[in-house]
Amino acid sequence: MSDAALASASPASGAHVRPFYWSVRRELWENRAIYLAPLVVAGIVMVGFLFSLRDLPQAIRVLGTPLAPDAPMAEHRAHGLQAMAVMASQAGILAILVAALIVAIFYCLACLHNERRDRSVLFWKSLPVSDTTAVLSKAFIPLAVLPPVVVTIMVVTQLITAGLATAVVAASGLDTGILWRQLTPTPVVIVGLAYGVVMLMLWYAPIVGWLMLVSAWAKRMTFVWAVAPPLAICLFEFLAFRSHYAWTLVHSRLVDGLAAFTAGGKGKEAVSKLSDIDPMPFLTDPGFWGGLVFAAAALAACVWLRRRREPI
Amino acid sequence: MACIDARGLRKAYGKTLALAGIDLQVEDGRILGLIGPNGAGKSTALQAILGLIPYEGELKVLGLDPWGERDKLMAQVCFVADVAVLPRWLKVRDAVDYVAGVHPRFDRAKAEAFLAKTTIKPASTVRQLSKGMVAQLHLALVMAIDAQLLVLDEPTLGLDIVYRKSFYDSLLNDYFDQSRTIVVSTHQVEEIQHILTDVAFIDRGRIVLNTSMEAFEARYAELMVGPDRLDAALALKPIQARQVFGRHILLFDGVERARLAELGEVRAPSLADLFVAVMGPAQGASA
Repeated sequence: MSDAALASASPASGAHVRPFYWSVRRELWENRAIYLAPLVVAGIVMVGFLFSLRDLPQAIRVLGTPLAPDAPMAEHRAHGLQAMAVMASQAGILAILVAALIVAIFYCLACLHNERRDRSVLFWKSLPVSDTTAVLSKAFIPLAVLPPVVVTIMVVTQLITAGLATAVVAASGLDTGILWRQLTPTPVVIVGLAYGVVMLMLWYAPIVGWLMLVSAWAKRMTFVWAVAPPLAICLFEFLAFRSHYAWTLVHSRLVDGLAAFTAGGKGKEAVSKLSDIDPMPFLTDPGFWGGLVFAAAALAACVWLRRRREPI
Repeated sequence: MACIDARGLRKAYGKTLALAGIDLQVEDGRILGLIGPNGAGKSTALQAILGLIPYEGELKVLGLDPWGERDKLMAQVCFVADVAVLPRWLKVRDAVDYVAGVHPRFDRAKAEAFLAKTTIKPASTVRQLSKGMVAQLHLALVMAIDAQLLVLDEPTLGLDIVYRKSFYDSLLNDYFDQSRTIVVSTHQVEEIQHILTDVAFIDRGRIVLNTSMEAFEARYAELMVGPDRLDAALALKPIQARQVFGRHILLFDGVERARLAELGEVRAPSLADLFVAVMGPAQGASA
C-alpha cells in the first residue's frame, strides 16, 4: 500500500471535514456586502446623528419646560416636534434593516445564478459537497446569518447614539431624565429588535425561497423573473375576475411581517415595554406557517434544479 | 473491478444526440486519452462520469452510481475542467481553506508546498492571476487530493506551451502512480501521447477507436516511401496518404512491419496523424 492509502485510512483525515460550515464561509467570502452594506448604512446614520446632536440640548430645554394647560396650539406642536426629533435617531437605525433587506434580495437572486454564469459551479460540484448542503448553506445566509448581524449592528448603533445623546445632554447641564423618557429603554430595544428581525425573516422565508428558485432556474434577468410573474398573476386576476386575492397575498407577504416590530404585533404602536412583544399573532396565523411550507418546497426545488441545471 | 464501466451510455439534448450509447471500460491505473473534435461528446461523457448530468444507460464509477451519489463519488474523484471554472473572486488562501474544509482526502501541506514553488501569492484573488497561474492553482488543489480517479477536461485550454508542458510533467511525476486512474480529454493530442496508456477516439457521440497504446503501436505503422516504391506501398492499402517535402507518408492499419520495412522507413505514427486519418474527411488512398 502507498503512503497515500495509509494517510486516508487514518481517522484524523476525515474528522475535520465540515462541508456546511465551509460552504457558509464561502458565501461570505463571495458576498461581503452581507455585512458591509449594513455597516456602511450604520456609519451614515451615526454621522447624521452626530450632526443632530447640535440641536439636542435645545430640544431637551423645550421638552423640559412644562406647558401650561392653556398654552397656544403652536407651542404644543413645537413640543411634539422636538420629541420626535429626539426619537428620530432611533428611527434612523431602521435604515440599517432596509439596507440588509435590499442586500438579501440581491444575494438570493444571485446565489444560484452567478455560479452557473461564471461556470464555477463545475468547480464546486467537483468537491464532495452535496447539492442539498450547497443550497441550505445559501439559504442559511439570509435566514440565519443576516438576522444576528443586522440586530448586532442595530443594537450597537442604538447604544452608541443613546450614550452620546446622554453625554451631550448631561454636558449641557440639563436633566437626562427628560431624554430617557423620550427613548425606549435599552433592554426593550435589544429584545424588540432581535425578536422583530428574526420574526421578519421567518415571515420573509417564502420570499427567500422564491428568489432562490428564480436564481436556480432563470438563465438571465433574474430580477425580472422574480417580479414579473407575481405581478402578471395579480394583473390577470384583476382583469379576468375583477378580484385581487393574489395582490392581497403579495401585499400581506411584503408588509405584514413588519408588524413584528410593533406592540403586540398589531401594527399600530412601537414596542415600548417587554410585554408588548407577543409572537401569538404570528404563530396563530396560517399564512405564517404556509409561508414556511412554501419556503421549504422552494428550497427542495432549488436542490433539484442545482443538480440538473448546467452552466449558462 | 473497472474504475469506469459504461455500457450503452446515452445522452440527448433535445433532438441532438451527444452520446449515442457508448461502451467504455477503464481499468485501475490507466491513463486514458479521450480524443475527438469539438462537439464529439467528450465533455458530455466526462460530465456523465462525474455525475454532473443525468444520462441513460449503465454507468458505474469506482462502483458508485455517479448521478445518484455525486457527493460520495467526489470524495474519491478529482475533476479539472478548463481553467476558467475557478471563481474570480476567490482568494488563493481561501481556496485552500475551503477544499481542506470540505474534502476528507485533501493534504493541505502538499498543496501549500506546490504553491510555494510558484509565484502565486496566497492573498491574491483568482482575478489577479494569469491563466497559467490559475491552472497551477487548480493543479495544486487537485494534486493534494488523494483521489483514485482524476478527470481532466481540456485542462490546458488556452495555456501557453510552457504551462502546458509543466502541467503534464507535474501530473506525471508528482501525482500519478499505479493506484490512480486518469482520464483526460484534449485537442492537443501530441503533447499527451507519451503519457497515455490508452486512447479512445470519439466522434459524433460514438467511440470509433478504443485501444491501449501498446496495441496501437503494434497495429498502426507509418511508412515513409520514395516515389519509386509508392505504387507497391499503395497496393498494401494504406488508410491515409500524404506528402511531405516530396516524400510520401502512408499510414497502415494492421500491415506487417517487415513487409513495410522493405519499402521504406517505418515508424510509429503519431496519434494526431491517426486521428486525422480516422476522423478526418476521406482523403488520399483511404478507400
